[in-house]
Amino acid sequence: MSDASAAGNPAAENPISETAVEEAVAAALAAVAAAGDTAALKAARTAHAGEGSPLARVNAQLRNVPADRKAATGKLVGQARGRVNAAFAAREAELAEAETAARLAAERVDVTAASTRWQPGARHPLSLLQEEVADIFVGMGWEIAEGPELEHEWFNFDALNFDEDHPARAMQDTFFIDPPERHLVLRTHTSPVQVRSLLERPLPVYVLCPGRVYRTDEFDATHLPVFSQFEGLAIDRGLTMAHLRGTLEHFARIMFGQEAKIRLRPNYFPFTEPSAEMDVWQPSAKGGARWVEWGGCGMVNPNVLRAAGVDPGEYQGFAFGMGIERTLQFRNELNDMRDMAEGDIRFSGQFGMVI
Amino acid sequence: MRVPISWLAEYVDLPEGTTVADLHAALVRVGFEEEAEHGFGVSGPVVVGEVLELTPEPQSNGKTIRWCQVRVAPQGRSAADGGADVRGVVCGAANFEVGDKVVVTLPGAVLPGPFPIAARKTYGHVSDGMIASARELGLGDEHDGILRLVTLGLDPEVGTDALRLLGLDDRAVEVNVTPDRGYAFSVRGIAREYSHSTGAVFRDPAALARPLPPGDGFPVAIQDDAPLRGRVGASVFLTRAVRGIDPTRPTPPWLASRLRLAGIRSISLPVDITNYVMLELGEPVHAYDLDRLTGGIVVRRATPGERLTTLDGQTRTLSPEDLLITDGSGPIGLAGVMGGAHTEISEGTRNVLIETAIFDPVSIARTARRHKLPSEASKRYERGVDPAVADAASARVVQLLVDLAGGTPDPLGSAHAAAEPPAPIDLPDGYIARLVGVDYADEEIRRTLVEIGADIADQDGGLRVTPPTWRPDLVDSASLAEEVARLAGYDRIPSVLPVAPPGRGLTRAQKLRRSVAQLLAANGGVEVLAFPFVRRQQNDRFGSADGSAVPAVKLANPIDAEAPYLRTSLLPGLIEIASRNRSRGFVDLDLFEVGSVFRPEPGVQYGTDSIAPLAVLPTEETFAAMAAGIPPQPRHVATLRLGSAIPKQPGQEAVAADWRDALTSVQRVAAALRVTVRPVQGTHQALHPGRTARIVADTPSGEETVGWAGELLPSLAEEADLPHVVAVAELDLTRLLALADPDAHAVAIRTLPAATQDLSLVVGSEVPAGDVQRAVAEGAGGLLEDIRLLDDYRGAGVPDGSKSLTFALRFRAEDRTLTAAEASEAKLAGVAVAGERYGASLRE
Repeated sequence: MSDASAAGNPAAENPISETAVEEAVAAALAAVAAAGDTAALKAARTAHAGEGSPLARVNAQLRNVPADRKAATGKLVGQARGRVNAAFAAREAELAEAETAARLAAERVDVTAASTRWQPGARHPLSLLQEEVADIFVGMGWEIAEGPELEHEWFNFDALNFDEDHPARAMQDTFFIDPPERHLVLRTHTSPVQVRSLLERPLPVYVLCPGRVYRTDEFDATHLPVFSQFEGLAIDRGLTMAHLRGTLEHFARIMFGQEAKIRLRPNYFPFTEPSAEMDVWQPSAKGGARWVEWGGCGMVNPNVLRAAGVDPGEYQGFAFGMGIERTLQFRNELNDMRDMAEGDIRFSGQFGMVI
Repeated sequence: MRVPISWLAEYVDLPEGTTVADLHAALVRVGFEEEAEHGFGVSGPVVVGEVLELTPEPQSNGKTIRWCQVRVAPQGRSAADGGADVRGVVCGAANFEVGDKVVVTLPGAVLPGPFPIAARKTYGHVSDGMIASARELGLGDEHDGILRLVTLGLDPEVGTDALRLLGLDDRAVEVNVTPDRGYAFSVRGIAREYSHSTGAVFRDPAALARPLPPGDGFPVAIQDDAPLRGRVGASVFLTRAVRGIDPTRPTPPWLASRLRLAGIRSISLPVDITNYVMLELGEPVHAYDLDRLTGGIVVRRATPGERLTTLDGQTRTLSPEDLLITDGSGPIGLAGVMGGAHTEISEGTRNVLIETAIFDPVSIARTARRHKLPSEASKRYERGVDPAVADAASARVVQLLVDLAGGTPDPLGSAHAAAEPPAPIDLPDGYIARLVGVDYADEEIRRTLVEIGADIADQDGGLRVTPPTWRPDLVDSASLAEEVARLAGYDRIPSVLPVAPPGRGLTRAQKLRRSVAQLLAANGGVEVLAFPFVRRQQNDRFGSADGSAVPAVKLANPIDAEAPYLRTSLLPGLIEIASRNRSRGFVDLDLFEVGSVFRPEPGVQYGTDSIAPLAVLPTEETFAAMAAGIPPQPRHVATLRLGSAIPKQPGQEAVAADWRDALTSVQRVAAALRVTVRPVQGTHQALHPGRTARIVADTPSGEETVGWAGELLPSLAEEADLPHVVAVAELDLTRLLALADPDAHAVAIRTLPAATQDLSLVVGSEVPAGDVQRAVAEGAGGLLEDIRLLDDYRGAGVPDGSKSLTFALRFRAEDRTLTAAEASEAKLAGVAVAGERYGASLRE
């Protein structure tokens, strides 16, 4: 209890000299200034602001300060510690900033030598084009219909008004499934899906049928035994050839630009009457605007409607069909069709993810 | 069809200077697409010359050439090339004499080749032109020396333009004839169509033929005991004899050049005449050597096993469906397809019997197909020949045999004509406008129908239209509508965009299939589309996992006899494409395909016995039989990776593609579809026995195999010239789409703090980590939010035959912050299940 008695003695000597405090502060500030990195600063903090440091010792003496001097001395010591702590904090921030900057500088890389964990992939342009065409028709309210590639001969021919002995049937270059007497074929066009759509869907029907088709053509620069088509079918009350032209023209404009137009020439297909060959005016062709043969179309033959149980007296409509390979060929100026089938990664690679 | 312009001009007025391009433009408007232009390829000064002198000059090479003086223009006048009237010409041929008229190509002329003619030094002379052979002129195949005009029965003035004289200045237009328009396989048909297109005046060659009274006395019997589809094989059969033709008469050059331009070889005058008339009128004509016929003609079906040697020298075994022309000796011709060798016209033929007949298209089409004999005749018959033209064709042949071959018409002949007249068609008022969308005037419709040769009569509510005999394709009002629209021009059809009823967009399956492809491509895959044709071995290897034989669909007429099967798996195609890319220098590959495979069920006979007719809705039973008759064709998705998954680069060692990438592809597909699948250790005959995952989906009815993933069997990789490690995966996309739940089972997101714990379990090294993980998850219950395998450790500290699996677990509760004790309790519940099932114990 001697400390308490000393504290109560006004005449007693003040154990904390102003000079000592100033010296301790000065030493601390010097040490702060001298610290070149956070480690040195941490050591300086221990030495000048930690337990056992001159300032800590001074602080500990406060309880021995005579009562009449207590307020003034306390303030003196408090301010001294405040100055020292502020200096440490400021220096610490300064050093941290410098060290961060140095670390970032050290982490500099050559971004042009970047490594990648991803390689670009690609969709096949025929798939992309097929999807693009589907989207255009979906935008017009049409739906996308699909059917089997290995098809019953009735759907591929008879339902489409191909007589079994008509030369048009032989001209289709059909792949027959063994044995041929069982009436199975690889579909030669996507038209069987027209008939399936009429059988399966309520009228009116507006469908687009994209898909793979097969013909016994030799595989060369201009022929593929396996290729793809999209075929459109609209059956409603009051549809005419004018609606056929209107649909094709709208479609052509979306595909090839506002200046695109459609030209129809008489032709023959068993499943349409009247029938037409369709040319498209391709305004943006590389070698200059031109007419390009695009596909066939016409008003659905009443016999096709009958085969699907649709009354041709009440409903009529149109159909059209184009080759996707052919479309890709003239749209993108491709000469050799084999490129579309061989699977060389450079072929799809040049299209990437968009057509 | 190829039509020489000069010939066309006989039957329709062509403007002066009409070119092949003009004809193409006119004909395409009415539906005859441009195919080609044909000419002889001869141009320039080609004239008639007379040999004045010739001097044989033996050469050191053993050949003898002739140095000739040839007059190429009347005396004192300059020749067609502007040069002298007499020229020195070197000629290698020896088949001519002084005084012969020959064809001289003067400098500046061009022969087919192209072979330009110029004055040139040869054999010590300057040869100032060339004496031409028929072959050099493109007139024929003979090359037995130069062409002597006397052999063509010609004695023209010296200096005459030989191109015009021989018809070599003519050109032909070739157009495509669609299979409904048989009548257009004739000059008559094309001339008529040109008239339709341009309004030019048409003169029907059938009407111009000199009429002939019907022949009589030659016995002909039509005895078709087995008509095909109820149609008698021959509805018209006319014969007519011509006697005393002169076998030495040449085919005149105008006729020869027209045949040549039309694409038909000149054979002999009588045969050339029959071909000429066929081309002109579209009616095939057959000429028999009358003296080689035995008795009369019977038209009948073949008896089984009967044989006939056709005039191409082939002996053919006949089918009872084949229609035959027979005489007392047996078969003498395959009706409408090809004549027999024995009775054909030969060099010595003096008396001929001409046959002009109308055969049933079905019968001819089947016979031509069966014997693979597409002839000029069968091509016309199977598309339909005008039955009314047989008479005119017969008369025309007789006329030409008389005029050109010196024959005498003979009354001997026969006249069987029983063709059905065309059936009239009702054309309701307004029908055409309703179909085509153009309001044609009534007058225009009538005029057009008359123009195409139809008879029209008014009837209540419309017209009664009787099509012309040459248009069997006009069978209903729609076909009449096409005629009106076609002749009026399709350009008159306006453009009106119809409004479809509101659609439902892509189906879910369509969208998801796109997502699968997009996701695989977005992750570096390159989409390929392989042909689905494979060898049996490829299906046997990839079609089933366990090596059991899988049924496959076989093509009856494959392109490649080695690969007649339809694929049961996408992998053979991907492997072939990978090999192709490797051979082109690409060592890192990431390929995928989405496509159909063909998976017939074992023991099922697909297809149907019969086929339903056209234009009639089949019965429900028929539809059911057809539906059951088509084998399943699911869509699959397959991926293939080889080389580096991550290539070597700065700061990155190469990471080789392996089975993990195959499983990653599987996970990508599953993610795109939002289905849950998991790998199970498996075996597949085409895959590495230790690196094969059977991919299963857990369905309400149990575990279902939906695909395979792993590394290709190294021996198969080697066989395909691929590196040792090829990571492949194949999934049944159709099945996955069916399993993909359309509703996400979304729950509220738990936002309270998570508790994470690691767990190390020791289990037997053969126990699949995936099974242990599932056991832990099951035992840990609803608090477990996530579990992931961190490590698979074997070695020091773990007993032999065991491994230590370390999992990271994250727990979270819905309603409170979990304590460590709660998390541990859940974890230990998981350990208990793993312990019970697999003997797993906590690692000390």
